[in-house]
Amino acid sequence: MIRRLASGLSFARINYIKMHCSADILQARTTLKHNFSISSVHRNGEYEYQEPKSEDEVVNVIYVDKNGKEFPIRGKIGDNLMYLAHRHEIEMEGACEASLACTTCHVYVLGEHKDLLPEATEKEEDLLDLAPFLREDSRLGCQIILNKELEGLRVQLPAATRNFYIDGHKPKPH
Amino acid sequence: MRRASTLCSLAKGAPLRFLSTSSARQGPQVCVVGAGPAGFYVTQHLVKTLPDANVDIYEKLPVPFGLVRFGVAPDHPEVKNVINTFTKTAQNPRVRFVGNVSLGKDLSLQELQRLYHAVILTYGAEHDKSLGIPGEDLENILSARRFVGWYNGQPGDENLNPDLSTDTVAVLGQGNVALDVARVLLAPIDYLKSTDITAHALEALSKSQVKRVMLIGRRGPVQAAFTIKELREMLKMEGCKSVFQQDDFKGVQEFLPSVARPRKRLTELLAQAALDPKAEWLEAWKTAERSFEPIFYRSPAAFLPSSSKAGTVGAIKLAVTELHGEMSETQGVKNTGAFEDVKCGLVLRSIGYKGLPADPDIPFDSKSGVVINSKGKVKGLPGVYCGGWLGTGPVGVIVNTMGNAFELGRLIEGDIKDGTINATTARPGYMEAAKILDNKGPGRARTALARMLKRGSQ
Repeated sequence: MIRRLASGLSFARINYIKMHCSADILQARTTLKHNFSISSVHRNGEYEYQEPKSEDEVVNVIYVDKNGKEFPIRGKIGDNLMYLAHRHEIEMEGACEASLACTTCHVYVLGEHKDLLPEATEKEEDLLDLAPFLREDSRLGCQIILNKELEGLRVQLPAATRNFYIDGHKPKPH
Repeated sequence: MRRASTLCSLAKGAPLRFLSTSSARQGPQVCVVGAGPAGFYVTQHLVKTLPDANVDIYEKLPVPFGLVRFGVAPDHPEVKNVINTFTKTAQNPRVRFVGNVSLGKDLSLQELQRLYHAVILTYGAEHDKSLGIPGEDLENILSARRFVGWYNGQPGDENLNPDLSTDTVAVLGQGNVALDVARVLLAPIDYLKSTDITAHALEALSKSQVKRVMLIGRRGPVQAAFTIKELREMLKMEGCKSVFQQDDFKGVQEFLPSVARPRKRLTELLAQAALDPKAEWLEAWKTAERSFEPIFYRSPAAFLPSSSKAGTVGAIKLAVTELHGEMSETQGVKNTGAFEDVKCGLVLRSIGYKGLPADPDIPFDSKSGVVINSKGKVKGLPGVYCGGWLGTGPVGVIVNTMGNAFELGRLIEGDIKDGTINATTARPGYMEAAKILDNKGPGRARTALARMLKRGSQ
């Protein structure tokens, strides 16, 4: 998918060509002037719209919203947890579109499934340092790819009810 | 039809004409001032939860997205992906983007209150704090915010012309903006070439003589405001070595066990870089021609003129500080009474952004630079709300602004649904606003850009 972003008026017209990948696989980022590098997997949420081809592919997950309401969802092997949530209109944002540049897909991985996930990369850990309401079981949703082992995975969306306004709280980085 | 007549009008420079006879519209009419992340996220929430609401987003610049467009460093383009989310919001038929319109200058708050059921102020903090010390008006003392605008193409900053003929730059402040400007000054030109940095900045930087960038902060390493990802980038920067003052790190390692995440990993990395650098860093630093020099416990007391270039900064007189009380992340400092001078030819001031009241009717706390509000409701002005940095103060990354904007959206949604905002009587919204604007002068970029967004060709 090719996206063009106009940045400003007569100055700085920029063209981005960006191929997205899921999880920990490479990201090819380039401008029109340079060589294209095309990744073998191309995902930006379209894959998650495909139905499982068979029951063997199905991975059931449960999203729990910040109020405790549960949303059982039928995912499949290879689904990105964040894009799957988007497909089903679960309230998980993904500002940077799974490119490890924000924390808006932050979730808590409940129960033992946490230990079945691949360890977070340094990049993900660096970002988690910035996530509000960080917990031991915090992960970025866009880095979780479903497989059969994760059948029954339960993830919870963090609370967002703290008063964000100036009340003497500690300043955050910017 | 209206668009065609609009296009002709713009071309002729005549006021816009409207074919609609009714100037009132059904459903809640909401106006957002400031088209950055706060404005777009609150709009996203309102159009999702209020099926008949119309939201008009006004923006001073001709183009939307605020700091996402003009504040993010050119080598961090993934951070800008959120523009796609915002564009989708702008393409909703109930959302209109109106650029090139300035609150206070082109439309007053009172006018907006009359035309809309709710007015949401999310125009951020576009000015920066100054130090208020002697010599601040010398040449070559610039705001880091403007330097960022210069290399990012922000209208108004293109002629900044920073003097890069000096070999030493002092960046005052230790947040991520300070790190960004240091990185742009120290990065190899080939690295910058592959980014979307503006052409004029790339050209100026290719001729830059800058070799050393000091990053000067009042407090200690434990209180540093930058974040770990940006620090890592500097430590690994090609052709650049990182030079720390080991004395600055007294007591830090002893403090480490008591530090919780998120501060812990950052402090560990800083201490490692200063006291026990990795072999691979040291190897790279051996041949580095440029240097990144964080300096802690120094507070600028005065700018001193250069002896060779009249009227230009030549050095900074720094007061030596020390922390008082128990070491903690929020510890304060006091001056020791000692001073030191450091030579430099360019100063970039990066000590924080500052908001300003765009309209005289906005109740404003000039000390903190925020609109006086209670959880987003502007004091004394029913139907007027504020969010993002304008309401919380200028700190926080996208996730914080998003959370704040959604919270504000929920508040406004509730106020409309429970009648706190009376949206039963129709309000004219943009239909009237456009007439006011047209009476002030023709030839605006606003409608053209709105069309551009709707077509999806950003």
